Amino acid sequence: MLQAEVTNTNPIVDDLFARFGAQLFKQQLTADDVSTLWLDRTNLLEVLSYLKPRFPMLLDLFGIDERLREHKPMAASDFTVVYHLLSLQERDEFRLKVAVTDADSNVPSCISVWPNANWYEREVWDMFGIVFEGHPNLSRILLPPTWEGHALRKEHPARATEMEPFSLDDEKQEREQEALRFKPEEWGMARATEDTEFMFLNLGPNHPSVHGVFRIALQLDGEVIVDAVPDIGYHHRGAEKMGERQTWHSFIPYTDRIDYLGGVMNNHAYVMTVEQMAGIKVPERAKVIRIMLAELFRISSHLVFYGTFAQDIGQMSPVFYMFADRERLFGIIEAITGGRMHPAWFRIGGVAQDLPRGWDTMVREFIDFMPARLDHYQKMSLDNSILKQRTVGIGSYSQQEAIDWGITGPSLRATGMDFDLRRDRPYGGYDQFEFEVPIAQNGDSYDRAVVRVEEIRQSLRIVRQCLDNMPEGPYKSDHRLTTPPPKEGTMQDIETLIHHFLNVSWGPVIPASEGSFPIEATKGINNYHLISDGGTTSYRTRIRTPSFPALQQIPLISRGLMIPDLIAIIASIDFVMADVDR
Amino acid sequence: MSELGTITFGLFIIVAAVGGAAVLTWFERRLLGVWQDRYGPNRLGPLGVYQVAADMLKLLTKDDWVPPFADRPVFVFAPTAIVVAMLLGFAVVPFSPDLYLLDINIGLLFFLGMTSLAVYAVLLGGLASNNKYALLGGLRSAAQMVSYEVFMGLSLMGVVMLTGSFSLRAIVEAQRDLWYCIPQFLGLFTFIIAGVAESHRLPFDLPEAEHELTAGFHTEYGGMKFAMFMLGEYLGLILISCMITTLFFGGWLGPWLPPVVWFCLKVFIIICFFILLRAGIPRPRYDQLMTLGWKIMLPLTLFNLLITGAIALWLEG
Repeated sequence: MLQAEVTNTNPIVDDLFARFGAQLFKQQLTADDVSTLWLDRTNLLEVLSYLKPRFPMLLDLFGIDERLREHKPMAASDFTVVYHLLSLQERDEFRLKVAVTDADSNVPSCISVWPNANWYEREVWDMFGIVFEGHPNLSRILLPPTWEGHALRKEHPARATEMEPFSLDDEKQEREQEALRFKPEEWGMARATEDTEFMFLNLGPNHPSVHGVFRIALQLDGEVIVDAVPDIGYHHRGAEKMGERQTWHSFIPYTDRIDYLGGVMNNHAYVMTVEQMAGIKVPERAKVIRIMLAELFRISSHLVFYGTFAQDIGQMSPVFYMFADRERLFGIIEAITGGRMHPAWFRIGGVAQDLPRGWDTMVREFIDFMPARLDHYQKMSLDNSILKQRTVGIGSYSQQEAIDWGITGPSLRATGMDFDLRRDRPYGGYDQFEFEVPIAQNGDSYDRAVVRVEEIRQSLRIVRQCLDNMPEGPYKSDHRLTTPPPKEGTMQDIETLIHHFLNVSWGPVIPASEGSFPIEATKGINNYHLISDGGTTSYRTRIRTPSFPALQQIPLISRGLMIPDLIAIIASIDFVMADVDR
Repeated sequence: MSELGTITFGLFIIVAAVGGAAVLTWFERRLLGVWQDRYGPNRLGPLGVYQVAADMLKLLTKDDWVPPFADRPVFVFAPTAIVVAMLLGFAVVPFSPDLYLLDINIGLLFFLGMTSLAVYAVLLGGLASNNKYALLGGLRSAAQMVSYEVFMGLSLMGVVMLTGSFSLRAIVEAQRDLWYCIPQFLGLFTFIIAGVAESHRLPFDLPEAEHELTAGFHTEYGGMKFAMFMLGEYLGLILISCMITTLFFGGWLGPWLPPVVWFCLKVFIIICFFILLRAGIPRPRYDQLMTLGWKIMLPLTLFNLLITGAIALWLEG
């Protein structure tokens, strides 16, 4: 399939062929039917600029090490750089791929077209060693500056057992510490102007308000922020590398821990991509169970956001109420899945088990109870005049800026962009539900909170519909790649037994293909780009998370404000460091 | 009182105030727990009250560490200053008609002076730590205290005008017919706000602002020195509550119960109110706080002063 010549059906592709000549491109068929064109790096910037009006958002930019791939696309060489573009009007995506060789791994930087390419290109350099010509600051972003090698290259070890035992002698410790020393010049900051000497404040990686291990180097004039440089990578655990090692099935628990507040929402993005590649149709009941759990987790994640948002503004109590509500929610999740924050409950082809008896009473109690609480919180927090003073007009960006910087989800909708994948490109059964997509207009910290709070109400609405219309039927597909496969019948016929045995012991073999499935996760668009080389593990797992681009934008919206404003901005962005660093 | 009696009573006040502050650390956490749908410390002893002793033991046995980059003498002096200043403030508080340490004709000024001295502790602590967060905290506290000190004094002048004396006992006696919280409600309002700012508790805990400056001026403090800052803060809370009781709620005055019980009861209720404030209100930004101080509170106190003065003159005829 991968090698086949593809007949083109997309008018945008026609348009490109007409403009630049069809001989420049090679088309690739993917499992997700997203138009995927290969082109030479010399034409890249021209084509990207041409596509930008149609696809205003650079959703993702990542690398692939193709050297060990058996089912290589025809145009592929040693490495591939992938540009994943998203249209917000026609609800369409587009993918461009550039092949480079190991000996000459150079690609022109596209920061001039999309500013958010900056961090993505640094990540590709960090992980693959591909050089982006014209990049202003091509340095390590996720791995420490002293790291040797490029971690996502296939020759780089994936486990500690493949490496020398770790040791830290004095000399090495000295070197590592020296590498962490803050030198303003390296971050592009002046120490002083003619009349002011700046103070540099190292906010984080350990700071009460950075929600994890996130560091921002601040250049301060008094308490006013002259410049801010975010530094990430302290939470990097190599989830993408692990994806190349775990079986398709056993990677599911790892996805839970990407956005650790989103729980099964991460499973959803992952399993739907795999199902798409395997051609599995999920039964209705499983779909509704998935949607219900995903929305419950959206509520849970937004409640944490709501509480910590108020807390970072200095309001002490709300966070306790919201965590108590979240605890009620976890009670339901625990009753259904057995887990709380990381249930790993979705399976390829369905969910792990059917709903337990009495689940409906629990869920109904919760959704009847929540709206009154939300009204109460509204009065306590969002209507509070001090909170408004602290957040209205703080850290605002325009819709255009949000799109340029790859901001998705509630943070994008806060700028008035009416775009929600659940409604506009319904996946996994969302087309069966009635809900509204809340938007706000100003794109400031306050609006980002307002949108999320309204989303809690809409999620409650969706959960109620799940409750009232839960279909009967199997909770798992009877497709042969469903994992774990249905056990009934294994003792009756040998064919079923063999499939069960193989799928359980080795894990399923997903046909060689490539695809992705963007979903509307709690914090924005979450997208797993998976490549199968026809084996039991993924050849490349790329995780596009909504938190990553959000942090990149912080300097832009915090210059000229004060430290408390920066804290309000950080609180309103709603990110999770594990979701940033993966 | 005899000289010995005075000394004994003075010691008793110190012990009671420090003990009260210690119990308050537990009480505040329990009360916040009740309001925030959680327990708070409830494991040690009845209702968890032994937590106080456990905390004290813990803080006492911690390493008494001074950062090598800090200005040692000032660093050590700062937490002491706040406790001493706050304790001295208690000297002028009249607990009942007979229970008081000092009845001086400038009692109110003495109190204001002592609370102002406490600012130095925060300022010096922030400065001596040689830490950027502490420095920012110290800077904030300097600006905040200077602005709030101004109208704190002015907000009380209405009371002084009505009484015609700075003596706290005289002020209480003058409230026999009507507590000053009614004619001086503006003064009460502004004084409470200044009082919260003075004891730098939420919503005016900007020098500390854990979400912004980690722990602000006491970032580098640990063990007993940190405990001294906390003690000072709680002593300040009790002292401010005592002053509000004395100045606006008729001090020891009240029917049936003995005067000292009335006094303690009123102080207790005001402390609970302060804890409620902490539980409910978010923290304004530093410049917003300044704006509030200079542009709203100061004119308000001056207005109050003007009206009170006019009425006082008119009453005298």
